Amino acid sequence: MDGDILLILLQDGIVNGAIYALLALSLVLVFAVTRVVFIPQGEFVAYGALTYAALDEGRLPGSIWLLAALGGAAMLAGLGTVRRTLTAPAVLRLAVECLLVPALVLLAVWLTPPRPGVLVEALLTLAIVTPMAPYIYRLAFQPLAEASVLVLLIASIGVHLAMLGLGLVFFGPEGFRATGFSDARYAVGGLVIPGQAIWIVGTTLALMGGLYLFFDRTLSGKALRATAVNRLGAQLVGNATAVSGRLAFLLAGAIGTLSGVLIAPLTTVYYDSGFLVGLKGFVAAIIGGLVSYPLAALAAVLVGCVESLSSFYASAFKEVIVFTVIIPVLLWRSLRGPAEEE
Amino acid sequence: MRRHLAILAVAAAAFSAAPPAQAQVRIGVTISTTGPAASLGVPQRNSIALLPKDIGGQSVEYIVLDDGADSTRAVANTRKLIDESNVDAVVGSSTTPASLAMIDVASEKKVPMISLAASVRLIEPMDAQRRWVFKTPQNDSLMADAIAEHMAKAGVKTVGFIGFNDAYGDGWLTEATRALEAKGIKLVAVERFARADTSVTGQVLKLVAAKPDAVLIAGAGTPAALPQKALRERGYAGKYYQTHGVANMDFIRVGGKDVEGTILPSGPILVASQLPDSNPIKVQAGDYVRRYEAANGAGTVATFGAHAYDAAILLQAAIPVALKSAKPGTPEFRAALRDALEGTRGQVLTHGIADMSATDHNGFDKRARVMVTIQNGTWKLLP
Repeated sequence: MDGDILLILLQDGIVNGAIYALLALSLVLVFAVTRVVFIPQGEFVAYGALTYAALDEGRLPGSIWLLAALGGAAMLAGLGTVRRTLTAPAVLRLAVECLLVPALVLLAVWLTPPRPGVLVEALLTLAIVTPMAPYIYRLAFQPLAEASVLVLLIASIGVHLAMLGLGLVFFGPEGFRATGFSDARYAVGGLVIPGQAIWIVGTTLALMGGLYLFFDRTLSGKALRATAVNRLGAQLVGNATAVSGRLAFLLAGAIGTLSGVLIAPLTTVYYDSGFLVGLKGFVAAIIGGLVSYPLAALAAVLVGCVESLSSFYASAFKEVIVFTVIIPVLLWRSLRGPAEEE
Repeated sequence: MRRHLAILAVAAAAFSAAPPAQAQVRIGVTISTTGPAASLGVPQRNSIALLPKDIGGQSVEYIVLDDGADSTRAVANTRKLIDESNVDAVVGSSTTPASLAMIDVASEKKVPMISLAASVRLIEPMDAQRRWVFKTPQNDSLMADAIAEHMAKAGVKTVGFIGFNDAYGDGWLTEATRALEAKGIKLVAVERFARADTSVTGQVLKLVAAKPDAVLIAGAGTPAALPQKALRERGYAGKYYQTHGVANMDFIRVGGKDVEGTILPSGPILVASQLPDSNPIKVQAGDYVRRYEAANGAGTVATFGAHAYDAAILLQAAIPVALKSAKPGTPEFRAALRDALEGTRGQVLTHGIADMSATDHNGFDKRARVMVTIQNGTWKLLP
């Protein structure tokens, strides 16, 4: 092992770690605001990657039908929740969110010529997959908003399994790979840095900066933080927790989809590939205690580097090593502070 | 009491409404149409749909269940098929671990089972349990020998191995080690990767550092393209060998120009149209390809689905023989069916010609494999 190999491995680890960091951030976000451990995060990665790959091949992605169906179901669920106070503006808002959005997305996909270029494809993918997250929140989590973390976790597993099965139906069993944002390669010293890696790390940094500004400077961001700190208090001062929950899911869905778009050119993505990627993001989020964004992001880069180095030294035990990292962290966390009950 | 009577009446009505025309021969199928092996299971399910509903004057019913490549579910499915549906034979499962788990049930209930998985461990060593087990895919040992033979002819002296981190990779590592040793070829690096990996940089750096003449990638389906792409990126210029697990068009679609020139063993069906006319497999395989594509669209055929079709061809030949000595649905018929399957001689399948014996429940020889390469985005038969 010489310096060059170490550098290549670290570069690889940082690129993968950037993806895990994105997922870890959205897991922390969703957990802080809604107390849901968002296991289906991985499915958004897979959906994003497969939708992007389908658009890239000039095919109509199956996920747009799923979007339409979920929108319809969310509409019905929404009508159910507001049935006591059925006012015209409320129904109208619901219809705009659950019916008009999928219709507009369908129209946009319909009007776009096949293979419009990677950036348009990426935007279309975001438009198709992201709205599914708030619809899922409406369908599965909003009715349980006051339930215990365990109940929410079980619901989350249910959503994960359902999305996994739907993924097989809409995308088929075969894997896909897409063209990247950039084929360029830059030689820096002994390293060759592919353009796609720069895109991934750059997007991650930009998103982190954007999220920081969002939470620090905007009213919606502050409302989310308030809900995360104290749900009841936030409600008392006029924060609708359901709106915060949908917003958190929307952000998580967008981040997951974007991660999918970013990894689709790196590897073959299957309908069920997302789970493992999501799980590594989860390891990072756990190291961050499911509350700290900077810790989670750093931990994600650590997970990426551990993965990359262990794939060099002991490739047969790579996953074992990566997931074992979580054990000392849990030990340390449980010894350091007593468990907090909700 | 009145209420109970009403329930009884409804139940009786429900039972009498069930179709009275029970099929005479029942074949149970458990395959992995979901889960990690779905790309094997889906074409297999589509192939089952092509099968004849009438064999030797008996109507045949196929009961297809999904096991998601999960051993526990495969076993549960097998029990269900045998206990509830009283099947005469079980076909499946798509993967080696699930099939291995099913052997106990099939042999305990004395029902012949035809596996669609590759590992030779399913039928060797032959014992009282494996008496009931047959398999249609080529043994991985046959394919490993073919690779070693080709390597020796091409002057390869050292080989680097990178395989799946699961039973598929394990099986290939064992077989490849044995076959390469027999040809005096040295295995200089062994690396593993997982199906869902987004990067194999670490493993590839180590392989390149070992400077082998050729690299053997033991993966199934499109994930096997990842190490090859990574090796090309690092400028590895040796020969690339893959296994027959990648023999479908999706691999070429995903691999693109990076997999040009890859050499792999495969069942002859992959290049059916390029086989010489004298080869009897050409007719059988060509027929399957035509029927499959007529039902599922052009270019959809995969070699994996043909294993299920081959299992059905074996049954079509064996059922009339077994019918001579017993009635379907009885233990005697199942035993007769097993004997008839074991007695298969010179049966032309889509993947080869089966000559079964008491010790060989696969029956394939060198006619069941060809070496192919990838040229201009399609499969090319190597002489």
